Amino acid sequence: MAHETDGSPFTPHAPEETAAMLEAVGVQTEDELFDIPDAVAFDDSFGIDQRTEREIREECAELFGRNDELIEFLGRGHYGHYIPSVVDDVAGRSEFLTSYTQYQPEIAQGFLQALFEYQSMFVELTGLPVVNCSSYDAAAALGEAATMATRLRGVDGDRVLVPEAMVPGRRSVLENYLAGTDVSIEAYPFADGTVDVDGLRDQVDADTLFVYLENPTVYGTIEPAVVEVCELADDHDALATLGTDPVAMGLLAEPASQGVDVVIGDAASLGLPTSHGMGLGLFATRDTFLRQVPGRLVGATTDDDGRRAYTLTLQTREQHIRRERATSNICTNQAWVGLRTAMHLTWLGADGLVDLASECVELAAELAARLDEIEGVTAPVYEAHHFREFVARTDASAKSVADALVGAGYAVHVLDDDHLQMCVTELTADAIDGLVKAFEEATA
Amino acid sequence: MIYDQARWRRTEEPVYEPLSAEKAERTVDLDDRDVPLPDELTRDEVTLPRLSEPELARHYTRLSQMTYGVDSGPYPLGSCTMKYNPKFTEDVAADPAGLIHPHRGDETTQGTLELCGRLQDYLARIGGMDAVTLQPPAGAAGEFTGIRIAANYHDHRGESHRDEVIVPDTAHGTNFASAALAGYDVIELPSGDDGRIDLSALEAATSDRTAALMLTNPNTLGLFERDIETIAATVHDAGGLLYYDGANLNALLGRARPGDMGFDIMHYNVHKTFATPHGGGGPGAGPVGVTEDLQPFLPTPHIRETGDGFETYEPAQSIGKVHGFCGNWLVLIKAFAYIARLGDPGLADTSAKAVLNANYLGSQLDMEIPHEPYHHEFVASAGDKDAAEVAKAMLDHGVHPPTTKWPDIVREALMTEPTESENRDTLDQLARAFNTVAAGDEDDFADAPRRTSARRIDQVAAARDVRLSWHDVEFE
Ligand SMILES: Cc1ncc(COP(=O)(O)O)c(C=O)c1O
Repeated sequence: MAHETDGSPFTPHAPEETAAMLEAVGVQTEDELFDIPDAVAFDDSFGIDQRTEREIREECAELFGRNDELIEFLGRGHYGHYIPSVVDDVAGRSEFLTSYTQYQPEIAQGFLQALFEYQSMFVELTGLPVVNCSSYDAAAALGEAATMATRLRGVDGDRVLVPEAMVPGRRSVLENYLAGTDVSIEAYPFADGTVDVDGLRDQVDADTLFVYLENPTVYGTIEPAVVEVCELADDHDALATLGTDPVAMGLLAEPASQGVDVVIGDAASLGLPTSHGMGLGLFATRDTFLRQVPGRLVGATTDDDGRRAYTLTLQTREQHIRRERATSNICTNQAWVGLRTAMHLTWLGADGLVDLASECVELAAELAARLDEIEGVTAPVYEAHHFREFVARTDASAKSVADALVGAGYAVHVLDDDHLQMCVTELTADAIDGLVKAFEEATA
Repeated sequence: MIYDQARWRRTEEPVYEPLSAEKAERTVDLDDRDVPLPDELTRDEVTLPRLSEPELARHYTRLSQMTYGVDSGPYPLGSCTMKYNPKFTEDVAADPAGLIHPHRGDETTQGTLELCGRLQDYLARIGGMDAVTLQPPAGAAGEFTGIRIAANYHDHRGESHRDEVIVPDTAHGTNFASAALAGYDVIELPSGDDGRIDLSALEAATSDRTAALMLTNPNTLGLFERDIETIAATVHDAGGLLYYDGANLNALLGRARPGDMGFDIMHYNVHKTFATPHGGGGPGAGPVGVTEDLQPFLPTPHIRETGDGFETYEPAQSIGKVHGFCGNWLVLIKAFAYIARLGDPGLADTSAKAVLNANYLGSQLDMEIPHEPYHHEFVASAGDKDAAEVAKAMLDHGVHPPTTKWPDIVREALMTEPTESENRDTLDQLARAFNTVAAGDEDDFADAPRRTSARRIDQVAAARDVRLSWHDVEFE
């Protein structure tokens, strides 16, 4: 048993050891080592009780038990898929978990290689040759893309255009990232659940710095106008940035071939379960922007034995060297989530990814069709192909329908008075029957 | 101590463990597949590695063996607080009942909200702050959040002309970068000869343009800024705010609180102080604490206790969001579990042993440590030797080297933070590694390391011929 102390169970010092160390240092007690003026010293207690490991596990289980047990048909930027046990098990190996940034590449080859593999798989999926090994989340990656745009030669303007409907949270984060610049943010219209290209055309001009779009959109619709939007951006020397998803990329047109300059997204939809919004910021771009890329990059090189090896590279972009002129303030990132995502993608392989992506299209279509049969319900509202999720309209109040669904054990999004949104994956596929039945009752 | 790190290598090819795609790849041509979307919306093909599950498990197990972590050996990487990461917190975080979607109604997530509420409360008490947001996903994100709060506060008071943030020359790079990202001119403050804030330089740097001073205490040399009250008064008198970089809070747990020192805003670095694993670079979390006056500016949604439970709400003058959802939830759970495991006595013992360990280790080194008295970390000088070369030579001794060449006011700096997790025997081994290398001949270092998974790595070639994916690599 770990020795119980009055102090921390994670300090390994036996009392006689502490005494010998104090003596070596030349003091009687640890307190003498602190050079804190009395005026600012804290001599009270926090009132935080020390609990045992078992008590804490019970306490947290009890707390989580107070969350309603709901089957979540929720998405809008945060998704969970089935995670194979091998990911949890191997990613949980303590060398991975307890290491840090690979400042000493010679003893960190394994993690560096895993990150290099992560970068490589997203180069494959996006078609873009530069992928960093992580931003915090999709929203931060979007912010980083916009601030990168302000630094690029040949890309100018002082306005960022974003869709009027986008993953919630992202715009607000973007506003914070741009608050320190003269760049303003403007929304361009949607029509029928995808980009209103004519509306966008009226708005985009020489002052446009950056055009953001999403595919799939926040409504789950698959955007048919990605190429046109990228052309509009390009015509005005603006950067075209696409928000997407690793699973969707298994099926959807390759972003680079559509003219996208930067891909951002939440790559943790592979690798992590739904985790109250915790994510993994995917950031990919063209190699002309290499020197302005935010975050860490792993590169291949060789070691003294002439073998291929990996290292963090182009670090002169980063805050620890370039300080206020760095391409980003990021230091600690989401590397371990990237490792998990890479493992999950490798486990799926090309066949598995295409199958999973196809299932996301088919399930959304199936659920929408089932709901559409219910009197007073239209689903999907938008005429488009859908990925994982879609919007439904109800004659009854959307809020009251959603409340009734919670009563029956299901969570859905309420968009406004008469619109709901639902997301379905392989994890919730078996609950479709139950949801449809509860829906019938809720709208009856 | 000698450490031979696992070194998987192919005898027939110049690679170590091959890349996953190098082992086997497969391309799916979507034309051959019955996919549920029309051609014009789909890609042509997808190529990914093809590894069976047994191969996958072995591949990544080997990669883990070629990675050094805290569980492998001492990791005195200064400023990073590489302490032991308790295992049980992983189990707590993995509870499926806690793995919920962020867009559920508050009524259905009371357990999660209460855990957040309790963690906010713990952190507020530990830091002496009035309110805490859990949203920022790392320390640097916390800095950015804090400076955005300061900016909105000044705007709100009609003082938008404040356009400078003061940062000491010994500060971490993120302080400079976060302030710049928020649109501020960064004023670098030269340290005094004693390694602390030079009060007259601070006086000269502050003005009605000062939005904030960002400070770490103990600073990155491990020294407590004894003049903190005067520093706070100087900045406050000029109308600026005081920001606390919580990277070094491990030294102060239960002994001093930023709030009591006059700080208005602080971030907590939970992957340092509160033992959540660093995961090869992240994820971490960087909650931000503020005084009551600044509470209305916190990011949205904020969590608060009501008469009958917990709720999320938007603070009146919220700066908006700094994370797409609610931050790095899995990390926050682990921090909560860790703080609960320690409680008051464990927190105080942590700072005691962290500071004892640094001082004991320092006392055993045959190297100059120019600035004293230090707390949880010290910065030794490698003297005539190149600190980066010293680090390479240390790799063969079964230890992770210290942080090198920062802060640069110490010549060839070796910033060393053993943390409270190490016992005396390990510290003695660590001291031996330092001293052996310090006594060694630098000419021999060129050949180091010899026992690691790879030999000395050519960084220059990596930057000159940039190859960022296996598409740029010739497969063996
Ligand atoms: C002194 C100091 N400040 C700030 C940071 C930034 O924290 P993070 O890496 O969590 O963004 C660090 C971490 O590396 C640090 O050492």
